[in-house]
Amino acid sequence: MQEFEPRIVAFLCNWCTYTGADLAGTSRLQYPPNIRIVRLMCTGAVDTIYVLKALIEGADGVLIGGCHPGDCHYQTGNYKARRRITILKKILNRFGYDEDRIWLRWISASEGKLFADTTAQMVEELKDKGPNPIKQLWMV
Amino acid sequence: MSKDMNRDVLVIGGGIAGMQSALLLAEKDHRIYVLESAPAIGGFFPLLDRTFPTNSCGVCFMSPKPPAYCPIYESDFHENIELLTNCELKDLAGQAGNFEVSYVEKPRFVDIEKCDLCNRCVEVCPVEVDSELGAGIEKRKAIHLPFAQAIPRSYVIDETSCTKCGDCLKVCSPGAINLQDKSRERKLNVGAIVLGFGFEPFQGENKGEYGLGRYKNVVSSIQYERMMSFSSSTGGLPGRPSDGKRPKKVAFIQCVGSRDPSCGQGYCSSICCMYATKQAMVSKERDKELEAAIFYMDIRAMGKDYERYYERAKQEYGIRYLRSAISAVRELQRSKCLMFTYGLENGQLEEEEFDMVVLSLGFIPPARVKETAERLGVELNEYNFCLTDEFRPTETSVPGIYVAGAFREPRDIPETVVEASSAAADVSGLLDDFEQRAVEEEEFFEEKDIADEESLAIGVFICDNRGVLAQGLDIEEITRLFEQDPDIVCVEKVNITSLKKGADEIKNKIAEKELTRVVIAGHRGMALSKALRSVCKAVSTGSCLLDYANIGEQCANVHALDSPAATSKAKSLVQASLRKAKLAVPRRAGRKRVCSRVLVVGGGISGLSSGLSLAEQGMDVTLVEKSDKLGGIARTAYYTLKGSDIQALLRDMVSRVEAHPKIEVLKGSELKALEGTWGSYHSLISADGEEKEILHGAVIFATGGREALPDEYFFGKNENVLTQKSFERLLAGREEKAAKAKTVVMIQCVGSRDEKHPYCSRVCCGQAVKNALKLKELNPEADVYVLYRDMRTYGFYEKYYHEARGKGVIFVRYEPQARPEVSASSGTLRVSFFDSVVKERISLEADLLVLSSGIAPNEDNHRLAEIAGLELNADGFFAEANPKAAPLDSVDRGKYFCGLSHSPNHIGDAICQGKAAAARASALIWNAFQEYADNQAYVNERLCSGCGICVSACPYDARIIDEVSNKANVLEDLCKGCGTCVISCPNGASQQYDFERSTILDILDEVIG
Ligand code: FES
Repeated sequence: MQEFEPRIVAFLCNWCTYTGADLAGTSRLQYPPNIRIVRLMCTGAVDTIYVLKALIEGADGVLIGGCHPGDCHYQTGNYKARRRITILKKILNRFGYDEDRIWLRWISASEGKLFADTTAQMVEELKDKGPNPIKQLWMV
Repeated sequence: MSKDMNRDVLVIGGGIAGMQSALLLAEKDHRIYVLESAPAIGGFFPLLDRTFPTNSCGVCFMSPKPPAYCPIYESDFHENIELLTNCELKDLAGQAGNFEVSYVEKPRFVDIEKCDLCNRCVEVCPVEVDSELGAGIEKRKAIHLPFAQAIPRSYVIDETSCTKCGDCLKVCSPGAINLQDKSRERKLNVGAIVLGFGFEPFQGENKGEYGLGRYKNVVSSIQYERMMSFSSSTGGLPGRPSDGKRPKKVAFIQCVGSRDPSCGQGYCSSICCMYATKQAMVSKERDKELEAAIFYMDIRAMGKDYERYYERAKQEYGIRYLRSAISAVRELQRSKCLMFTYGLENGQLEEEEFDMVVLSLGFIPPARVKETAERLGVELNEYNFCLTDEFRPTETSVPGIYVAGAFREPRDIPETVVEASSAAADVSGLLDDFEQRAVEEEEFFEEKDIADEESLAIGVFICDNRGVLAQGLDIEEITRLFEQDPDIVCVEKVNITSLKKGADEIKNKIAEKELTRVVIAGHRGMALSKALRSVCKAVSTGSCLLDYANIGEQCANVHALDSPAATSKAKSLVQASLRKAKLAVPRRAGRKRVCSRVLVVGGGISGLSSGLSLAEQGMDVTLVEKSDKLGGIARTAYYTLKGSDIQALLRDMVSRVEAHPKIEVLKGSELKALEGTWGSYHSLISADGEEKEILHGAVIFATGGREALPDEYFFGKNENVLTQKSFERLLAGREEKAAKAKTVVMIQCVGSRDEKHPYCSRVCCGQAVKNALKLKELNPEADVYVLYRDMRTYGFYEKYYHEARGKGVIFVRYEPQARPEVSASSGTLRVSFFDSVVKERISLEADLLVLSSGIAPNEDNHRLAEIAGLELNADGFFAEANPKAAPLDSVDRGKYFCGLSHSPNHIGDAICQGKAAAARASALIWNAFQEYADNQAYVNERLCSGCGICVSACPYDARIIDEVSNKANVLEDLCKGCGTCVISCPNGASQQYDFERSTILDILDEVIG
């Protein structure tokens, strides 16, 4: 059997983490190809619906990446994201859903390596977790 | 007035200061050359990823147009800035307005245009040396990329270490390496020069007793900073050099190479107390178990909000601060731990073991500064930093050459940003004439109206960098995606090795094929989209209907070993981009006409210097002063610590302001109301009972502060109890009461650094030293006692503290829990305090008791904040948009503050701040039009229920509910396009261009699909 390859959707803020992901690219840091990036201007604009849709439609994990606390280019977007994602995780937890499929990370524009490492680590952990159960539920 | 001078500017040094000056001046259509001797710009700053007092980075806020990328990228992107890296100044001729500069472009040995960054040369290079920013713990090869985010992003061979073995030549497939590369001499003509040389760390090895270089686990603060960086090899968790283990107990030793005449370093480096505090705090944040101790002489937390930071470090983080003298550091044989022997203030000797020791290095002028200064003709001071006049802080001894940042004196980032802005103001004063600027007229770009386009005309550009894309991805398979799509007009391959050529190629195609939407797939999408933005507007699409898929950086480069997977990822990213481009809603790029007048509120030193600076550039200024005299608090100041005459300065400034045809002075006036947004404010001023309306584009608050009046120590009850300011007046007038006093006791921090006023007033230690010296000058016999908590005579002021001690002024420290006590029975003042050095309580009779009561914010600040929509910090001073990189700006660009209303400061700094605020304001209003932010929000009125949630969600007050229609509106000039409102809207009425909720949900189909 082929090894399970998790699929990750990443919502990254334009200024820090997206630029950091670019830096990983220019530095040619290798990381697993399991991640697809969606650029948003700020993590404060990551709707929980985006996260849920990604999970329902087949992603095995969702990464939200933004500027470090205090560095959001729109004052407080990342704090809003933090609150929103915490609540989302709590709710999902209530339904018995593994909240650790959703990762919120602060990665700055200079932290290309951190982006590559985070991706690699997330892929590893999702491999252990196995496929997203919602996907199967949905398929019946 | 016409200024017949060359408007080009040379900035030497590409660190924070240089980049800041460059970015500000570039906004005003100056052509800027940034000359940097290193192969990449950035200076020290790429070393830092956390800064005090926020423990965040924040330098992105430095750009005059927020939101922005890191200043390194912004400098690279800016069309008016040209980076001359790896270049060395050679000679200078000419004078202000017309300099001829010759410089040497050192050989890079790698052709930037050809190099595709494959890294093979680095792999084969046999030479290994210490990396510049690796602080001796990281190695690099002779051929190397200076650091990961280096701009220009290109390898460079360092000539001194390279053996020219030629191994790299063999593996370089594009043939980018040329070992025969020679240095080239070039010439430039510029009108003005800004020096942003920065500083260098002191060589810690010179203080042999601490064992740097001998003991493995003794590291310099620079090394530790590097270890703490997430982008370093340690991943942000410092390890002991001896065994790589994470230290559990770390000691920081302060003042290594500062305040130490024994090693030729008499001055204080100003920033080490804070960076050590930061390093200790961040270390603790990363490892809760870690213990940190800081060994120091005085903690100098004198910047805005720094005292609170220091208190937090002690209270919340449990960092130990030990006022002590270290007598020995020994390495323990087995464990390689360090054994400290140190003497506490009371003479007690202690011993303690640490896993790791960090030396807080002071800073020295850059190497070879003497040579460079000589070439420029610029004079240096006794410490080999740039010599400046106290009241002209950013002017060097050569007219037309200005200085910014740490080359004047070691300083922190906010001060550097302020000074660099102030230097930019000086350049503007010399070269700019507002009335002669090139004004582009009302005509908007000729836009094709595509709102009712019948079909889409999409162009897809595959941007390859020397075939790297094709190596990693199956381009044919990707282009097959486009074959069936009727909306796609053309699919082009573009070589973007040279960004400019690539961008031009795309521009031409857009025009030729009349494209209305553009998708870029490949390398450098971010940079290309910046370069193309204006052209998209100009040529056809009316706005920026452009999207990019970085399949270079996100696929080809990072999944090199798995081409099929990389290709399939690339396909989904390209399809997502295509979908996004198709869904993009056409709109016009908005912009607004900017009103050119600047309103300056407050006629003290900083307000006067703002007003003068603006007027010198030919801008109209209205200066509003509450009292009937200009001068503010400086009217009661007489001399500075360095001996300059404040009253002479004031007379000069006031007369120049009053005589200047561009400045309208309104005395006895008050700001009553302020409406509008950046670029177009409407203010109401009451002058002598009459009301006056003013239209202006920016406003600078320079409303000053006041001397806080003590409510203790018999102040106001006993006539011999004075504040420093009144003491200064007596001394300046040589009045008997002061000049004849035999015993004078000064108490520092009265009403500062306590629960009620948790901030440090910064200037009082200097004031005390200044007045003590003055008294000694008038009456050498007088006994002067200064009772203090920490002497904060930072920077070059240290010299005077030293001098005062030499002249017999007695400094005695007290603890906040054992404050000096004063009695005044029958009018005689008796001061008693505990002297911990002699371990005795001392009581003495004082002729005069002088209280350093510090500076308080004006009460009026509250009213002004209310009127102008500004924030105050917890202490009542104006709060800045970003304490690090935008220290004088409000969140809503267009409002600036400076001087004492911003924070307590010395006069030189107030002048600097005044000019800096002027520079920032003038960069905003220089162009007759200013564009709105991209990707703004808009409202689908049909769906809007007027609930107002978006109004409260918006961080910029850019949302209102229209009273008539009860629908939400977007204030376009305030909206910065973050998208927060989109997801706050329960009805889906709020949308953001290019990031509509439905668009994102659609894209998800492509990415997951
Ligand atoms: S801009 Fe990066 S999180 Fe807000």
